[in-house]
Amino acid sequence: MKLDAKIPKGPLEEKWSNYKKTARIVNPANRKKLNVIVVGTGLAGSSLAASLGELGYNIKSFCFQDSPRRAHSVAAQGGVNAAKNYKNDGDSVYRMFVDTLKGGDFRAREANVYRMAECSLNLIDQAVAQGVPFGREYGGYLNNRSFGGVQVSRTFYARGQTGQQLLLGAYQALMRQENKKTVTMYSSHEILDIVIVDNQAKGVIARNLETGKIEKHAADAVVLATGGFGKIYYLSTLAMGCNGSAIWRAHKKGAYFASPSWTQIHPTSLPQSGDYQSKLTLMSESLRNDGRIWVPLKENETREANNIPEEERDYYLERRYPAFGNLAPRDISSRAAKERIDAGFGVGPLKNAVYLDFSKSIKEQGKDKIAEKYGNLFTMYEKITGINAYKEPMKISPAAHFSMGGLWVDYELMTTIPGLFAIGEANFADHGANRLGANSLLQACVDGYFIAPYTIANYLAGELTKEKTTTDHPAFEQAASQAEQKLVSLLAIKGNKTVDYFHKKLGKLLYDNCGLARNKAGLEYAIEEIKHLSEEFYTDVCIPGDLNSMNSELEKAGRVADYLEIAILMCYDALTREESCGAHFREEYQTPDGEAQRNDELYQFISAWEFPGNTKEEPILNKEELSFEYLQPTIRSYK
Amino acid sequence: MKLQLKIWRQVDRNSAGKLESYQLDNVNHHMSFLEMLDTLNEQLITNKERPVEFDHDCREGICGQCGVMINGIAHGPLKNTTTCQLHMREFKDGETILIEPFHGAGFPVKKDLKVDRSAFDRIISSGGFVSVNTGQAPEANSLPVSHETAEQAFDSAACIGCGACVATCKNGSAALFTSAKITQLALLPQSEKERKTRVIDMVNQMDKEGFGHCSNTEACEVECPQGISVLNIARMNYEYNRANFFKHKK
Repeated sequence: MKLDAKIPKGPLEEKWSNYKKTARIVNPANRKKLNVIVVGTGLAGSSLAASLGELGYNIKSFCFQDSPRRAHSVAAQGGVNAAKNYKNDGDSVYRMFVDTLKGGDFRAREANVYRMAECSLNLIDQAVAQGVPFGREYGGYLNNRSFGGVQVSRTFYARGQTGQQLLLGAYQALMRQENKKTVTMYSSHEILDIVIVDNQAKGVIARNLETGKIEKHAADAVVLATGGFGKIYYLSTLAMGCNGSAIWRAHKKGAYFASPSWTQIHPTSLPQSGDYQSKLTLMSESLRNDGRIWVPLKENETREANNIPEEERDYYLERRYPAFGNLAPRDISSRAAKERIDAGFGVGPLKNAVYLDFSKSIKEQGKDKIAEKYGNLFTMYEKITGINAYKEPMKISPAAHFSMGGLWVDYELMTTIPGLFAIGEANFADHGANRLGANSLLQACVDGYFIAPYTIANYLAGELTKEKTTTDHPAFEQAASQAEQKLVSLLAIKGNKTVDYFHKKLGKLLYDNCGLARNKAGLEYAIEEIKHLSEEFYTDVCIPGDLNSMNSELEKAGRVADYLEIAILMCYDALTREESCGAHFREEYQTPDGEAQRNDELYQFISAWEFPGNTKEEPILNKEELSFEYLQPTIRSYK
Repeated sequence: MKLQLKIWRQVDRNSAGKLESYQLDNVNHHMSFLEMLDTLNEQLITNKERPVEFDHDCREGICGQCGVMINGIAHGPLKNTTTCQLHMREFKDGETILIEPFHGAGFPVKKDLKVDRSAFDRIISSGGFVSVNTGQAPEANSLPVSHETAEQAFDSAACIGCGACVATCKNGSAALFTSAKITQLALLPQSEKERKTRVIDMVNQMDKEGFGHCSNTEACEVECPQGISVLNIARMNYEYNRANFFKHKK
């Protein structure tokens, strides 16, 4: 299939206005006749469901958590970017566009990136009006901080809980619509399948996680705002319930999956301490504003950090990237840490960490100032590790974090299935091969508040006169019974190993072979190993309990079954891209000094994968060629 | 470490529950409390027994989904800490730990350690928002808010909605949760227009959900993982009286 991104005509700055000028709209009286299902209540899902509800559409909102307020956007710490230029430091929409496109290593669409920067301006206005308590200066005006990969201060923040505060703003807007009965909430529900009728998305099959009941829901459009699938690595910064199941099942129904292997490995997470560990806690990147990263100059150093004199420390980011120093972008910082750790300079009991040191900032600014900026992070660090980071450096390590890849969408955020949209982290669109810090909250919000309400209306305008599809359509019964059959067969295996056993094994395989660095042999090995693991899963997994009641193990099993399939696609994606770009670092393609080497001649495209019909066959690669009219691809340099 | 666990087991909403004892031998003191429960569940599943259902998601103390009573204390012995952030180094080898679901008339048990906290969503839905539609917002810096006010509003807004306050309160009151949202929004100029209706609607909804009254024992603040102050409750009472006093003036 030829992929058409449907990018509007006209100069870069006018594309989005041009789109809005000509997009079809729905008369207010007709909106209540149209039903939209929004899956996920993170920033993208809540903001969209609330905004569509305000417009008068009939919305069903789903989340697997017990309340929409708990979606994982809540955990984002550092901030949200917007080109307000309140600091008068030369920021602009264009500069933000340049930073984001460059940060993504020229593997994103110009028009999408520009639109995200453009919409950032209104987002801050919207959040402030909702009562989001952003950090302010003493005069009462909004404050900003800097984040990695840029040279201006454009990050708005609410202490170290920006995601929580933005999400609560969106959640409250959603609850307001629930009160007005434009939105019906389905908490503790998981999506099992997307229902397609005449090649259009017309509903979902969901399971009520409390009762185990399988339900059918019909709609005129379906939106997946289900977030990222970095939990596939088992150890990650994501919440335990984060999953790729809804987008994967959409993929199996015909939606293309773009760049699945582009996973951001975050540089500042807490290191793993043992096999029992269930997650890696993130320490906000904002810490790199005042913390300096180093390892000992001596291999296998045994002295405590505070006993290592200044001249025996290697501030490797400042050394390798003097212009950006400790604020080098995430992919570069993570890889530089891995390089030092692999070379034997790692610190901590498992030698798997580097130091993040605040002693210089505390000396210069005082402990109180540092506590005001990062107090909750220091407290969190002490709770988890038992160490006081005001007195000795933190130990940090890279961890799987954000999925730049996701469902392929066009400029309207619609997948290759008409009527099925993907917004926020669930799509692939705006971050290229590496996302800049504080751009994920932004993308989720602008997709939900400002972009999808227009593009979905454009689609729905065409649906208004068509005959309504109801859950009586045989496609619903077919999808529901297939979904139920899948769960029944999982329960019937009654093997000897827990679901977590398989998830941990898959995660390690993937992290070692399709993580921070990849190579041909490793990826080919991983594909074979994952196939074996999958066979073992389907013969030896043990899921207690039954289908018709609350059953956390069954939920996990369904997600891991999908992860086993996604993992293979990730490896194919990484294997077929014979270049390094952003977070995708193929060891065969690097410069003599160890930097990523892009190949624009052969790989200036987005890999959009098509499901071949069954999991035995190799996935089918479709290419969306990228063209750069306004900013010519350059070699990223943060030196 | 070795531990004796006494855990509340209840099959569903309508069944009676009871405490069951379990022995767990391979606990590491760096484990989080929930990782200890994961380890127990691995053991139960391997022995073909039904694992313990418990709520959790982010495991970094911010989503508010986890929370159990540990030896009678909501979220356990460590101050300002959610269950997921509690680590086993706080316990002794050989100790017996009592684990029960959060209790309160507004929080019925769903299964084992999971409770139904949807009443909190309904309280927010009754008025815990600013009525501003997408697209209506004025320029963000057009209405300055002093640094101190913004910080104070943040202190109240930091609530994670876990329900430890309700579980701790001898009356099962949701006053701390409700008052934190009322206070945050009352402090900010953006929501001045709804100040009176909000507090009345939210307090009424709180009462309707079956939560008890606040009798100012201040236990909720002690157990709150976010350290939300009981002064929020005083503020709620002030706002409620103010709203009623000025009820007839538009």
